[in-house]
Amino acid sequence: MKRRYLAVSIDSHETFSSHEFMDAVWGAVSKLFGEYGASQVGLSLIDYDETSKSAVIRTWHKTLETVRTALASITQIGKKPVALHVLAVSGTIKALHRASEKQPIS
Amino acid sequence: MKRVYADLHLCADCDRMEQVSQVVSKASKLGYGLVAVPFRKFFEEQIRQVRETCEKAGVDFASRMDLRPRTPEELVTNLRKLRRRFEVVAVMCESKTVARQAAKDRRVDLLNFPQPDFRRSFFDAAEAELASNCLASLEVDVKPLLTLEGPARIKLLSSLRREVTTAMKFHVPIVISSGVSDGMLMRKPKELAALASLFDLSGTYSLEAVSKNPAAIVKRNREKLGPKFVAPGIRIIRRGKDC
Repeated sequence: MKRRYLAVSIDSHETFSSHEFMDAVWGAVSKLFGEYGASQVGLSLIDYDETSKSAVIRTWHKTLETVRTALASITQIGKKPVALHVLAVSGTIKALHRASEKQPIS
Repeated sequence: MKRVYADLHLCADCDRMEQVSQVVSKASKLGYGLVAVPFRKFFEEQIRQVRETCEKAGVDFASRMDLRPRTPEELVTNLRKLRRRFEVVAVMCESKTVARQAAKDRRVDLLNFPQPDFRRSFFDAAEAELASNCLASLEVDVKPLLTLEGPARIKLLSSLRREVTTAMKFHVPIVISSGVSDGMLMRKPKELAALASLFDLSGTYSLEAVSKNPAAIVKRNREKLGPKFVAPGIRIIRRGKDC
């Protein structure tokens, strides 16, 4: 099965650990799509940079829109306001880094 | 041709220009090419200031008026006074009679149903048929989807799914807007389109709802409000004695 890598930007005044970030993502997927839906997405954290507030996550190609929807629905991490924006999506990490350099949000 | 993404319900507080500037520049960074900001009344100076702010941010601006009439007569009176002053006119339908009148009136661009309760859902087949004949579009604000949780969000999604299915059956265009005033609740156009999949609007339909449909409304109204417009399909090309 094909995979997709998403470059995600964390728009917030606060900083979060990778655990907090992934807990929020898994929580959003479970809340919207249930445990059955969450079991199908195959989420995995590839890279997390607390300083630049960015992350790279991996999912299956078929559940890309599910993950995108879940990321868009997140409004807080640990009661602190946050917005997650998908900067780029690619089939390889190398192409993802090239694409995400062109799309700064903050 | 590259898609131009539009948010027709960016609820910035027009009395505070710094907030407007923040929200508009955030919209520009997120990839929106066109935004519409609702005004409470026709204040020419305020509209001009917001237009300048949008130009500086590199975003096209359309003025919008949200009408919340209590009766159909009030709606007709307001439309007569305000239609030619704003590029986008939306009606917040809080009763069935107002919803029917708004759907029948060709001067209305957007029908918005702010009640999430399915018992007070007025967008049924009859409403959709009226709207499809009069070029009105169904507007869906994404803000409640982000702020509500649990049973309230479930009811909202159920209601939206029903409305969207009815709209698609009768070929009523759907417009997805943010409806937010806070920059932290703003989302990229593709993220709005992804959220639309929660109420079964996905694929090209959801992308059109954030790009082609709202842009078409603004383009149509700008032509109608322009000085050369006479009637649908008729416009002035040249004036003068030797025409």
